[in-house]
Amino acid sequence: MIGEVKVIKILTVCGAGQGSSLILKMNVQDVVDELGLDADVDNDNISTAKNSGADLILAGEFHEDALEGFEVPVTTVSDFMDNEEIKSKIQSFLETKGE
Amino acid sequence: MISEYLTKDNIRLGFEAEDWKEAIKKSGSILEANDLIESQYIDAMIEMVKDKGAYIVITPGLAIPHARPEKGAKKNGLSLLTLKEAVKFGHSKNDPVKVVISFCAADDSTHTQMLSELAEFLKDKKNVNYIKEVDSKKELLSYFENYDRGGESN
Repeated sequence: MIGEVKVIKILTVCGAGQGSSLILKMNVQDVVDELGLDADVDNDNISTAKNSGADLILAGEFHEDALEGFEVPVTTVSDFMDNEEIKSKIQSFLETKGE
Repeated sequence: MISEYLTKDNIRLGFEAEDWKEAIKKSGSILEANDLIESQYIDAMIEMVKDKGAYIVITPGLAIPHARPEKGAKKNGLSLLTLKEAVKFGHSKNDPVKVVISFCAADDSTHTQMLSELAEFLKDKKNVNYIKEVDSKKELLSYFENYDRGGESN
């Protein structure tokens, strides 16, 4: 779809959907607030996250085959505790969107 | 309060583990000893890594093994295990792992507070580095208490 997406949907993903993804979500939310983005941040498990309608999916390092079938490519975050890394991943996403 | 979740009963420092599986087993056995999980939960934590990957190594040198609540979690809880020799979990950037913090959640929502406090604590690299090096449980417990006292304004 062409045109500006007003609210960005960011999804953080992990295997169980209630541990790593929750911690990542908290830090992503901090970065979103800092950047002043209009974004919804949510977390989910890798199995049900595939067709979530998210614009950006952030996750830890998964096996490659676990990442098949996602509607948008999953962006890997190495250090969940490093808000600078999270920020740079979100910013490159915004750039490719043409903001 | 981090000192409420991590107490003398669920901290083990300077243990030996041959590989990541043994590290998870030892870490999980602390949860079991505290009656927080059924033993099958430990296998489920290992399966998760085998199946999906080493994404539980969320920051350099630190892993947070866990499984779904229905895999045998009884209550919300944490355990902290540090290793004498760091082991590889198979993460391209964050290996090797020195600190293993396993957790269990009785359901999908009530553990949020616990994890949020843990995340806040781990965000400060100084805290993570301290845990990697500390060899006295007593010192670590007072470190947590100090953190809790001063953490409010931070």
